[in-house]
Amino acid sequence: MRPADILRFARDAATGYPMRTSLSVLAMSIGVAAVVILTALGDGARRYVVGQFSSIGTNLVIVLPGRSGTGGFNPANAITTTPRDLSIDDAGALRRAPAVSRVAPLAVGTSEISFGGRLREVMVAGSTSEFIPIRNFELAQGSSLPEEDWNRGTAVAVIGAKIRDELFGSGAAVGQLVRVGDRRLRIVGVLKPLGQGLGMNTDELVIVPVALSQAMFNTNTLFRILVEARSREAIPDAKEQVMEILKLRHRGEEDVTVITQDAILATFDKLLGALTLGVAGIAAISLAVAGILVMNVMLVAVTQRTGEIGLLKALGATGNTIRLAFLAEAAMLSSVGALLGYLLGQLGAFVLRQVFPVFPAYPPDWAVIAGLSTALGTGLLFGFMPARRAALMDPVQALMKH
Amino acid sequence: MAESVIRVVGLGKSYATAAGLFPALKGVDLEIRAGEYVAVMGPSGSGKSTLLNLLGLLDRPSSGTYLLEGRDVTTLSPDEQAQVRSQRIGFVFQSFPLVPRLTASENIALPMTLAGLPLKERNARVDQALRDFGLEHRADHRPDQLSGGQRQRVAIARATIMQPALILADEPTGNLDRHTGDEVIHLLEGLNASGVTLVVVTHDPALGTRAHRQLVMEDGGLKQDSARP
Repeated sequence: MRPADILRFARDAATGYPMRTSLSVLAMSIGVAAVVILTALGDGARRYVVGQFSSIGTNLVIVLPGRSGTGGFNPANAITTTPRDLSIDDAGALRRAPAVSRVAPLAVGTSEISFGGRLREVMVAGSTSEFIPIRNFELAQGSSLPEEDWNRGTAVAVIGAKIRDELFGSGAAVGQLVRVGDRRLRIVGVLKPLGQGLGMNTDELVIVPVALSQAMFNTNTLFRILVEARSREAIPDAKEQVMEILKLRHRGEEDVTVITQDAILATFDKLLGALTLGVAGIAAISLAVAGILVMNVMLVAVTQRTGEIGLLKALGATGNTIRLAFLAEAAMLSSVGALLGYLLGQLGAFVLRQVFPVFPAYPPDWAVIAGLSTALGTGLLFGFMPARRAALMDPVQALMKH
Repeated sequence: MAESVIRVVGLGKSYATAAGLFPALKGVDLEIRAGEYVAVMGPSGSGKSTLLNLLGLLDRPSSGTYLLEGRDVTTLSPDEQAQVRSQRIGFVFQSFPLVPRLTASENIALPMTLAGLPLKERNARVDQALRDFGLEHRADHRPDQLSGGQRQRVAIARATIMQPALILADEPTGNLDRHTGDEVIHLLEGLNASGVTLVVVTHDPALGTRAHRQLVMEDGGLKQDSARP
C-alpha cells in the first residue's frame, strides 16, 4: 500500500468514529497543554524572581554586618566575638577600592511623614546621592540628595511616587516642607513609580541623607553598604577588596558578610529551574496517561474493526500494511492531540499573561519540544501493541466475528 | 483438457473445542479446472464453508495439500498468502461486507489500493468496473445509500478488480430478493463465461443446478461430485 493511501485510510478510519477519536485527542491535548501551562508557570516564576533581583541594581555587591560563614582561628576572634557594626566611615573607605565605582551606605527605619494634616507611616532610607543610581531608581521630578559630606545630613528628602500622590495629590511636591518624625525636611525630588524590590516598596520610600537618618533613629550603625562594581567581571575583585578594606578597619576581624547579586540570582535560578523541571515531570505523567488512553482506544478500535481487518486481509493486505495503518492512526490521534494541546497551552499561558501582566508566563522551548515529542512517542509506543495485534490476526479469525 | 486451478489432496481441518478436536473437514480430494463453474451444496455444518475458507487461503488446513495453479500454497507465509489472495482470488462473501465509510468506487478500488497500484491505473479500472456493473451513477455513494443489489454488484466489482483467476462466492444471493438475486447470478455467470473459475457455495438448489458441476458436502466429506458420478 502506498504511504499516501495508508495515511488517507488511517484518517478516514479515525474520522469514522468521531466520539472515540475526539476523546483520545482530548486526552492527549490536555496532557500536552498541562506540560505547556505548568512549565510556563514554573519558568514564569523563575523569570519573575530573576527580574526582580536584576531590578535591584546591576553589578551589586552588598555588605552586611556580622559573619555568616565559618572562618579559621584568628587571634582577634579569641578576644571578642561581637561583630563590629558598619559605620559611615566604613562605607566611605570602600570608595578607595579600585574595582568599585559607587558606594552607598544604607540605614533604615520607620517613621511618620505628615503634610497639611495628612499623616502616614513610611520606611525611611538613609543614604547618599549615589543610592539612587546604584538601585536603578530614576527621578520623576526635582533632584537627588545633595553631594555633600556624608556626615553632614542636610534636612532634605526624596520621596516615592505613592507618597507624593497621597500627601500632595495633584499639587507640587518639590520644595515643600514635610515633617518626618520630629524633623522638618524639604522635598527635593520625587522618584518614578517602580513597585516592589528586595522587600521594600520603593514607591512608599522616603530617602534622606544617611547622617540625618542616623540622628533621627539615634544610632550610628548602618543596615547595609551597597557597593557597585565597575563591571560584571570586576564583581569578584570588588568583593575581595571590600572584604580586605573592612578587615583592616575592623582590626583584622572578618566580621562582615559580603554577598553578590550574582550568587543570589544563581541560587534562585537553580532553585526555580528545579521547580519547573519538577512541575514538568508531573505534567509528563498526564502525558503518559494520555498515551495509555490512546492505547486503549486503539485496542478497542482493533476489536471493533476485527471484521474490517479480516476483510482487508482477505483482499490481500499484508500484516505490515495493517500494522502501518493502525500505527498511522495512533500517530494521527496523538499528533493532532499534541498540536491541539500545544495551542491550548499557549492560549492558557497567554491568558495568564493578560491576567497577571507582571508574570512572564512563557513556556520554555525545551518543555514545548519535550511535551510534543513525548506525546508523539507515547502515541506511537502505545499504538504499537494494538497494531501488532491487528497485524497478527488471521483472516478467518476476523471472519468468525460475523 | 484445461489445466487445473485447484487441486487438493486429503484436505482436512479440525477445530479445538471444549469437547476435544472437532473435524470440520475430513480429507477432501478435489480438482477444479480453469473456467469451471462449480456449486458446493450441503446442509449447515457439512463443512462447505470450511472448504471455501481453505480454498480462499483464509484459513490453514490441519492436513493435506492445496495446489493453486500448480503451486503449493499451504506452506506459504501469511504475507505470501495475502499476496496470492490479492492477485489470484476474488471473494464475494456475506461476511466480507463493503467498508461503510468508503464510497462505492473506493470500495471497488480497495484491493488495488492495498496492492499499491498507481492511482491512474486504479481510476481507469474503477471507471471501467462502474460501467460494466451499471454503477456509473452510484460511484460516490456510500454503502448505506445503496440498495442490496447495488451493494452486491459493488462487492462483485471489488472481487474482480484485480482480475483474479478464481472467484469464490458464499451465498451470493443470500439476502437478495429473487429478481436482484438473478441479476447477481447473471453477473457471476458472465464472468465465468469470460474464463474465470467460479466456485459458489449455496443452500439454494435452484442456484446449484445452474452450475456446470455440483459438489454435495455432508458431515465434513465430499458426498457427491457430478463430474465423477
